[in-house]
Amino acid sequence: MIKTHTPFFESKSTFFFLIFLLAILFLLTPFPVEAQETSEVEGEPVEEAEAPLPAPPANVTAKDIPNDKGGAITISWEKSADDGEGANNVTEYEILRSTNRDEGYEHIGNTAPGATSFSDSDTKNKVRYFYKIKVISLAGTSLSLPSNPAFSKVQWFDLSRLTLFILALIIGFAIFYFINSAKTGKELFIRKIAGLEAVDDAVGRATEMGRKIIFIPGIMDMDSMQTIAGVTILGRVAKLAAEYETKLEVPVSRSLVMVTCRETVKEAYLNAGRPDAYNDNMVYYLTDDQFGYAAALDGLFIREKPAVVFLQGQFYAESLILAETANSIGAIQIAGTAMPSQLPFFVACCDYTLIGEELFAASAYLSKDPKLLGSLKGQDVGKFIFLLVIFAGVVLLTLNSVFGWNLPNLAEKLF
Amino acid sequence: MRREVPLVLTAMVGLTMIIAHFIPPLNILKDMFEDWFFIIAAFAIYLGVLNLLRINADKIYKKQRDWPFGIVVILGFLVITIPGLFFSGGRSFSEVGTPFYYLYIHVYYPLSATMFALLAFFVASASYRAFRARNVEATMLLVAAFVLMLGRVPIGDWITVWLPEGYRLGNAADWIMDFPQTAGQRAIMIGIALGLVSSALRVILGLERTYMGGD
Repeated sequence: MIKTHTPFFESKSTFFFLIFLLAILFLLTPFPVEAQETSEVEGEPVEEAEAPLPAPPANVTAKDIPNDKGGAITISWEKSADDGEGANNVTEYEILRSTNRDEGYEHIGNTAPGATSFSDSDTKNKVRYFYKIKVISLAGTSLSLPSNPAFSKVQWFDLSRLTLFILALIIGFAIFYFINSAKTGKELFIRKIAGLEAVDDAVGRATEMGRKIIFIPGIMDMDSMQTIAGVTILGRVAKLAAEYETKLEVPVSRSLVMVTCRETVKEAYLNAGRPDAYNDNMVYYLTDDQFGYAAALDGLFIREKPAVVFLQGQFYAESLILAETANSIGAIQIAGTAMPSQLPFFVACCDYTLIGEELFAASAYLSKDPKLLGSLKGQDVGKFIFLLVIFAGVVLLTLNSVFGWNLPNLAEKLF
Repeated sequence: MRREVPLVLTAMVGLTMIIAHFIPPLNILKDMFEDWFFIIAAFAIYLGVLNLLRINADKIYKKQRDWPFGIVVILGFLVITIPGLFFSGGRSFSEVGTPFYYLYIHVYYPLSATMFALLAFFVASASYRAFRARNVEATMLLVAAFVLMLGRVPIGDWITVWLPEGYRLGNAADWIMDFPQTAGQRAIMIGIALGLVSSALRVILGLERTYMGGD
């Protein structure tokens, strides 16, 4: 006889008994959501048997960011006692914001452990905001007490730049004053700048040798003052090249610089009475890429062997590559840049170097225009102010170290 | 008009940039002008590229001197531009696995690094020339460079270990960097800052016009 399988729920009573057991189990099971909610208590963690919740951040303060256009509040707090020490299990801080002290807090951002400040750059001006910081750890979360109320507002003057503003005004007025003095015919003394004096000789040498002049206006675009200064010198070089009928080549690394250089060279040839000698191909584009440009110029130097190479503008690491290659072919080099890190390379490799301010002085110096020369004299007033400030700083610090006076604080505030 | 309009525009933008530096709510204008510059520069790149292609095509067509280099330039341009436009994943040059990424990592990157590495040789040859003791100043430079280079490597301190700690080569090198070098650099920086202010004023006032083709 074959034994048939007996159904488990053979009788109705067994079935109902099991349903009853499941219902009991279901009712006794705790809900996880409820447990999480109870762990968030303002100002203090909820005690739990297994792992204690992180200590909440303290002293949450909020204030408007000074000297800005409004729309931003900075929040700072003392980090949780379990951040970096204690249980050392904090994973992040969450920043919450509300316009009501007691409710309606919304998430606005997160910061990494160890952070003690956050900038809320999405606030409406003149609206009061409260902030809370939620610390999140592996064990759970804790919430800080609300911050003080804070509102952002527009500042119509950046007070942190007041000293700069006053200095700019003084130097600006000095420049205006000397420009006007120069207009009235007052004689102004400008010291000789060897690098600029050598421009005429260099172009003359290229003419004698029957070789090209290559002019490099740096590797930056027309938004750099150094490029503008370089293009200004190009104007003078192009005029001389036109007068002496010497070939000039201007390979550039920016399209806008190419357009500007073309205008400058064209105008210079026109002023020299040689518009027929001008050709658009004298100024041409190579590449925007720094080392691609350096490689192209190196090749050009080696193949063309120019008599003179002008390096005038803003340069970076390629400065030494260019200057050394031009040096190796025996070209006269007149360099000029306002990049302090590149100046030693130019000084070491080039025949003449315009150091910093000399590059910017070139247009005034070469044109001998009294108005432009006046602006150079105005700079001297600025230098005098800087000298006075440096001298005062040295005196204050010396007095402090000799007599123990508390003058450095004063010096720091002043300078 | 050809001159006046650019001069007025330059003056307006220049003054706005200065004022915005001190008045925070005007920063929006400053940002806007900067964005405009980048947009114009981005469009202008086509002028440069077209010029590059035209000059090199001309060179090849007329069989001018060194014309084979023109072929290299045009081929190089096509080899990097076509994958960049059509095989770069459409989002970023750094998207791994695309033909453009392959060219970037295996061609462009090593070539740039090679050019940069040449600096080591150029530094050596330039230093050799700069540090020749031709006169008093060059001799001082040589001595300073000698102290600095030795002071920056462990052997510098090792050979002067018998000296009091403040007088060892490492400390001497630090002193050179902290005092004479910093003082010299700051003097240059102050000159540059004043030169920039003066140049900027000349441009804004329209006194400086060479950059737009005028005297």
